[in-house]
This record gives sequence, structure tokens and C-alpha cells, in this order.
Amino acid sequence: MEKLKYALFTGCTAKQSTPEQMKSTMAVADKLGIELVELTEASCCGASHLQDYDDFLSLVLNARNIAYAEKHGLTMVTICNTCQLNTAMTKHRLDNNEKLKAQVNEKLAEVGLEYKGTSEVTHFLYAIIDDFGLDKIKEMVKTPLRDFNIAPFYGCHNIRPSELQNETHKSAESAYRPTSLDDLIIACGGNNVDYAEKTKCCGFHAELQAPKTAATLTGNAIAGAMDNDSDWMVTPCPLCHLKLDTQTHHASEAIGREVALPVLHMQQMLGLALGCTPDELGLNHHLTKVDFV
Amino acid sequence: MSTDGITTQKVNFKVFRFNANDDYLPYYENYEMDVTSEEVVLDILNRIKWDHDGSFSYRRSCRHGICGACAIKVNGRSTLACKESMTTMIELFGNELTIEPLSIKRSVKDMIIDKGDFWQKHDAIHPFLISDVDENPEHEHIVTQDEAEALLDADICIQCGACHYACPVIEVNDNFMGPAAFAKAYRFEADVRDQAHKERLSELHSEKQGVWDCVKCYECAEVCPKEVNPIDKITKLHQMLFKEGVATSNVATRHAVGFKHSIAKNGVLDEGGLVLYSEGPAIVKHVPVALKMFKKGKIVPPWAITKSQNLDEIKKLVKSSSTVKF
Ligand code: SF4
Ligand code: SF4
Ligand code: FES
Repeated sequence: MEKLKYALFTGCTAKQSTPEQMKSTMAVADKLGIELVELTEASCCGASHLQDYDDFLSLVLNARNIAYAEKHGLTMVTICNTCQLNTAMTKHRLDNNEKLKAQVNEKLAEVGLEYKGTSEVTHFLYAIIDDFGLDKIKEMVKTPLRDFNIAPFYGCHNIRPSELQNETHKSAESAYRPTSLDDLIIACGGNNVDYAEKTKCCGFHAELQAPKTAATLTGNAIAGAMDNDSDWMVTPCPLCHLKLDTQTHHASEAIGREVALPVLHMQQMLGLALGCTPDELGLNHHLTKVDFV
Repeated sequence: MSTDGITTQKVNFKVFRFNANDDYLPYYENYEMDVTSEEVVLDILNRIKWDHDGSFSYRRSCRHGICGACAIKVNGRSTLACKESMTTMIELFGNELTIEPLSIKRSVKDMIIDKGDFWQKHDAIHPFLISDVDENPEHEHIVTQDEAEALLDADICIQCGACHYACPVIEVNDNFMGPAAFAKAYRFEADVRDQAHKERLSELHSEKQGVWDCVKCYECAEVCPKEVNPIDKITKLHQMLFKEGVATSNVATRHAVGFKHSIAKNGVLDEGGLVLYSEGPAIVKHVPVALKMFKKGKIVPPWAITKSQNLDEIKKLVKSSSTVKF
């Protein structure tokens, strides 16, 4: 197989409050022989909040990020569900609206850039599944995670709106019965846990303005995983990780029950199976201790 | 098995049953049925009533996906029974299907729910055109094509409640107006003939309505059988609040605006700075968790943030492309 190469859009969180996500992404890419060219020029995607304030500015900034991937002639991979949604949504809107694209390009021209629409935008999870292939992952697993019941937590912005997701990913998945993360768990040798909350919202985006709502949703998600005998949770979204890993106190208070489970990034889970060390995967950065390694 | 391309398969239905007059607790009844590929979910509801139990209750009226009466949940997914094909349901969920009302806690009799909260919220946003209309107009009020398109299909909502009872915030926050009410509010906010534009917006912005409490989960966009896309309308309302100068400074508005400031400064976000900007002095409540995160190497101090390369480009674009002041 030809060496896979992508333009990596890290988003802000992997560089700040989830450094272990950056670390484990690089470690996993290294093991799989995937080359990641970091888009160091990229800005924040606006995280679905900037667009509430200034939609056009959000489009211009996201188009600029994609334009840099295009300069490299590479598919952009994201490692955050919300970055994925904002970038894919921008791409969809510009590719389907010549007038809007021209308006955005008028701005980008001021800094010598152009959005052409030539680069695809996909999440690292789907790059692994669609391009690398789960069968190959299975062959490469060194430490099967067979002792663990692992609860997949998909995160909203990778599965909804499904129309956009289906247009973006080759392995289109259902918003109601997504399979990517379950399949990855199985490929790593783990037992995938089925539970109702796996496709629900963690509440992250309303944490500041509606803390009680957000904490209740976080609590329900962890409780759902715990009630189905999970040893830990795994998510492709650093924002879900932050909510599920660092907000257990508020979550427990909101739902009137002590809840906590280790929450691994999907790269950390894959890394463990591929034989990376806990240190290489940054497992020491979690607030809810990862105590099984 | 198959005649004229129609296929049949066995499906086990687990059906929610509850009669508020007689039952203390709800229960589930199992019905095994042969389902044909051309049936819709409503056909199954009919057959349960006609062939199995005449007391089984549900709402339906038009059978054309237009009255909104027949919305229920299949395997937890809000669905318009008369529009949803059984083939799709089986493809999606397999041969074990659970049929439930849109909201279990609001069930009155089987699938029939008390939609009172939905209608109350619908009414609260003044779901009508507010305009001084001349009683004897000399000509019609012409709305241009572009002006009509600005409604973005918000006017085709059939009030089925599928989105409302799929919304996780509705489940946990009684004050939240919900996706359908917000979509309806947008429908009139975007109407050029409406004269209560700012008044309605101010009401929506008031704290208890929760226009800012949406968790952006896209459940409403996913379930809507008419593709109204309520979250898109909520976003539009947010934008209108800023554009019209109705937005006041609160944690939610500062959170949205804070992104612009942070991007203009670093390209990337200063996550800690954003929380400080949004919360103001109330940031103290985040200190215990922040300290724990700091100890685990999960917080980068503002001076150690890796700024975007070519930051001057970003600064220039933020300046030239900003369309809103706040
Ligand atoms: S996107 Fe917002 S309004 Fe829509 S279902 Fe989710 S929380 Fe409710
Ligand atoms: S927006 Fe869609 S799902 Fe919600 S009430 Fe209207 S038609 Fe039903
Ligand atoms: S019966 Fe009218 S919408 Fe289904």
C-alpha cells in the first residue's frame, strides 16, 4: 500500500487541554506508517460558536484552513468532532454555492490564498477505517484489548447531521446505529459495549451557559456506560473527552449519583492495542485515572 | 415469500402500553407480525389495533405526512409513522423494534401523549405575523422570491413534535423552548412583513427561554421529517440577536464573541482566556477543576500557547471579513 499522507488540522484542544490527544495521534500515525503534515498556519474553526456571532467570518477562516490543505494537495484530517463538522460544513456550503465561494475567495485573495474545493476533509477515525482499513489494523494488533468492555462514545458532530457526514465519509454511517467506533474496538480485540447513550450528547457546547443541563447529559452518558458493565469509555472527540473526564464531580452532583470512568481518546485505545507505551500515549494526563495499564 | 417484488419478514414488536386511568405503571406488550416491504409504521399501528387489541391507542389523521399527528418513536428515534417505511426501520434497526410514544413521561394512553408543553411553547413565541394590516388593502403585499426564500423552509413545519421530544435539553430543562418553537420564531422573524421583529427577538433573548441553552447536538435536524433543520434556525436567531443589536452581554454572548477576540490575537483559541472572558468574575467556580487539570498538564498558560503561523494573515482577515459588531 502506498504510504498514506494527510494534512493534519489539530484544532486548538489537542494543543492545549488534551495534549495527550496530540501525543497519541502522532504515536499511532507513526505505528501505522501514516504521514501527517501539521497545518501550523491553521486558525481555530470557531467551534460552532463563532458562527453564532459572525457566520461569514467563520466561513472565511475555515476556508483559509482548507486552502492550506489544498496547497499541500492533501486530504485534511481532523482529530476533533466539532472541527470536523465546522470544516465539512464550510466545505459543503462553499462547494454548493458559487456566489458564497466567490465572496469568501474575495477575502482570501487579500492574503494571497484561494479556496478551490480540491481537498477532502475527514476525521482521523474515518481515515483509519476508510483508507487504512480495519483488517490491516487487526493484523497489526500486538496487545489485544480482550479483557476490556469498552463503551464507544461517538459524539454528536461525527454522526449528525448524517446527510453531511454521509457525503463526507466513504464509510457512511447511520446516526442511529453508527458502527465506526464499535468496529475499531473490535479490531483492537476489545468488547464493544452497546448502550443507549453512546450516540447522545455530552453537553459540552452549553457547559458555560447552561451548566446544569450540560452536567446532567455528561452524567447520564457515564452512567449509561457504567450500567452496561463498561471498564472504560472511548471517544473520537476531545471535547467529549474533556466533559466526560474532567467534569465527573459536576456530573455526579447533577444526576445524584457518583459517576466516573476512564475516558480514552480513540487514538489512545488504538495505540494501546498497537503496543505503544502508556507514556507515548499520554495516559497520565487524565483526571479520571487510567488505572488498568 | 415474494410476490410481485413485495417481500415479507417477521418482526418482533415490543410495544409501550399505558392507560393513565387504569395503570399505575407502563408495561410492554410483544406482537410478532409478518411485515411487508411496502408497509409504513402506521400500518403496523393499525394492525395492532385491528388484529390484536382494539384498546391500543395512537393518533393519526391525514396519512400523508402533513398533519403531524402520528409522530412516535421507533427504537428511540422520533419518526412520522405514516411517512416512515418499515423497510427503512428494519434496515436501520433489524427485526426487533420497540414502539414508544414521543415522550414516555407524557403518555396518556399508549402512543397518545399530552403535548401541552409543546403547544405552550409554540404559543409563547407569538407564532403569527404581527403587522398593522389595512383592512381594505388596495393590493396584495408582494413578497419577493428572495424574501420568501429567507424563511429557509421554516414555514413547512407541521408541528409534529418529533424534534421537540428528541431534544435532550427538553428532557432536562423545562424552560427550554425547544427546537420547534425556535424554528417557528425564526419563521416570523425572517418574514419581511412582520413588524414585531425586535420585540420577539428580545423575548427570545431573555434568560429563561434558553435560546442560548441548545447543546448543538443536531438531533432536531436529524429527526425532522420535513427537513426544517431547527438547529440551523437557532443559529440564525443567534446571528439576528447580534446583527439587530438586541444581544446583551451575558456568558453565552460573550462566549460566542470571545472566539473572535481569541482568534484575532492568537489564531488559535486561548481556552483559559475564553472562559475568563465569558464568565468574568464567575470564573472562580472553575478554579478547583482548573487546578486539577493544571496538575495533570492539561492547561497551557496563556504565554505558552503556540500561536498560528502567518498570524498576520488571520488578523487581516478577521479585520476585513467581520460583518458584526458587538
Ligand atoms: S441541536 Fe439544540 S435544539 Fe436541536 S435537539 Fe439538540 S439541543 Fe435541542
Ligand atoms: S421542525 Fe420538523 S420535527 Fe420539529 S415539529 Fe416541525 S416538522 Fe416536526
Ligand atoms: S397521519 Fe398526518 S402526518 Fe402522519
